[in-house]
Amino acid sequence: MGEKRTVELDLATTGADAAGRPVRVPLGVSGTGEPDLAAEHMLLNVGPQHPATHGVLRLVVELDGEVVRRVVPHIGYLHSGFEKLGEYRFYNQIIPLTDRTDYLAPMANNVGLAMAAEQLMGIEITERCKVLRVVACEISRIISHLVWLGTTAIDIGAFTPFLWTFQEREKAYNLQEAWTGARLTTSLTRVGGMMADVPDGFVEALRTFCREFPPVLDEVDRLLTRNAIWISRTQGIGPMTSEEAVNYGLSGPMLRASGVPYDVRKDRPYLDYETYDFDVPVGEHGDVYDRYLVRMEEMRQSVRIIEQALDRLPDGPLNAQDPRVILPPKSAAMNDMESMIFHFKQVMEGVRAPVGEVYFAIENGKGELGYYFVSDGTAKPVRWRIRPPSLLNIAALPKMAEGHLFADLIAINASVDIVMGEIDR
Amino acid sequence: MNPTVESLRRAFGTKIERALVSCGQTVVYVDRVSVREILRWLKETPEEDYDFLVDVTAVEYRDPEPPLEVVYQLRSLKRGAELRVKAELPKDRALEVDSVVPLWRAADWLEREVYDMFGITFRDHPDLRRLLMWETYAEGYPLRKDFPLRGRFSRAEQVRQALAANPEAHYSLEELSIAQRQYDLPSDMRERLERGERGTVPEPGRRDDG
Repeated sequence: MGEKRTVELDLATTGADAAGRPVRVPLGVSGTGEPDLAAEHMLLNVGPQHPATHGVLRLVVELDGEVVRRVVPHIGYLHSGFEKLGEYRFYNQIIPLTDRTDYLAPMANNVGLAMAAEQLMGIEITERCKVLRVVACEISRIISHLVWLGTTAIDIGAFTPFLWTFQEREKAYNLQEAWTGARLTTSLTRVGGMMADVPDGFVEALRTFCREFPPVLDEVDRLLTRNAIWISRTQGIGPMTSEEAVNYGLSGPMLRASGVPYDVRKDRPYLDYETYDFDVPVGEHGDVYDRYLVRMEEMRQSVRIIEQALDRLPDGPLNAQDPRVILPPKSAAMNDMESMIFHFKQVMEGVRAPVGEVYFAIENGKGELGYYFVSDGTAKPVRWRIRPPSLLNIAALPKMAEGHLFADLIAINASVDIVMGEIDR
Repeated sequence: MNPTVESLRRAFGTKIERALVSCGQTVVYVDRVSVREILRWLKETPEEDYDFLVDVTAVEYRDPEPPLEVVYQLRSLKRGAELRVKAELPKDRALEVDSVVPLWRAADWLEREVYDMFGITFRDHPDLRRLLMWETYAEGYPLRKDFPLRGRFSRAEQVRQALAANPEAHYSLEELSIAQRQYDLPSDMRERLERGERGTVPEPGRRDDG
């Protein structure tokens, strides 16, 4: 057999040969009979509306039989121009845009954005605000990982974990909804504080969740971790060495599964993460299985962090005591001249940031989420850049999938844990 | 200020234009012609060891006078150090800078996005295609300041173009070259493909990693 030729399969219709046996007759090509599949590479289009691509991701795959020779990902179907929109908005008005980037962990995005703006403006936040933001980040991480776990299990053929994880996610969403009033568009933070304090009964409900969630996780663990099918579908699939992972700019669980112990919470602490007692799980082989183990352990560590945060949750003011950045209470704005002026100026003119620039990163469920602001001294940023962890993680997909079976491509793609709102922005 | 700036000045002299600290973060401006050389030095010098490329992006200011900036956010995972390197591209000359994909594969899509959104060309990039917008997108570079928020074309024109779009245009030239289905392409795309104007997708075996 000579060198393989790559063609798309021509559309074929069914017919019959002289003896009455069914054959496929290619349209628009003379002659009959099956195309010689063994001599060709096949070009297969997956997505953008394919359930296993986890969003509007489109993969063009070149296949040699069932083996993936080349993957060309196409993105941009969800491009909304958030970075451009941000240049036309006050800093607080950008927060609703961040809900819609990583829409599986909106509260963590809100926190990251507010903290980037605070660092740019030099605003100190209160202790209570810090602790509540930690709680928001860790609930988001659990929600994000639960979605990942359920959908990945479905992609690999295990249906039950999906039901269990989405039940737990629903409980976490109820907490989020009680706090923010929204399941997705949370807009939880404000520059210098929070949109709202936690409601009555929230702390007790969250403690109940922290008590009841780990046993469910243990059940999923029993179902998958030593399951022969799960192991054979995930171990040794899509491996990245630690050098490759660093070179490809991977972050979050993808980086740590490859054996690089880098976690923004530990290495560049924010929100006093250095005072919490938690472990950073690190993988060894960088394959789909290690990514699974790392995320499972991260959920347990998040529960630990939430419990510590609830134990230390201090009373006291929630928002920074700075009338230039925090809106006065409604009653004060209606009755007190000075408060009304501050209210008016904030709503009409926004809050000016000094000339300068800042890159601020948090560790969200997908990886290192960075916000880069450049300010020219006005109330709107000159440039707002999101450093999307999913974009860099999915950019390594062709490297990870080459030489694997097509079914493994689905598993690898699932293991990356992408969210297209963030990739396309 | 990050002590790396002093080492850079010693090693590269006038190629290091200026450095400043903003919000506690060091920004160093370097000569746009030597970007790859300087970043290679930062990556490969053992005392510096900036092994992780966090981000590549660009900035254009509202004031039309200042040049565009290409921004490289670097990090040393082992040392925990961070450095932001910037190269200024004056608007009256070609917006070009050397690609750093030979140093970090992470730069691949990041540089494609900067090319897509700002129109900055990265020399020697292996596959410099638009990333978020489509191949035949004709309105320009969305994150440039002269690009209106709602786009250059009217809503009616955008609808007309969408309805008149050739579905083949949603495949990239590279994929069509794989499929050898060039015969029903628009003639201008076919000509570009035949001239090999755009980069090619690397062959599977050849994809070596730095």
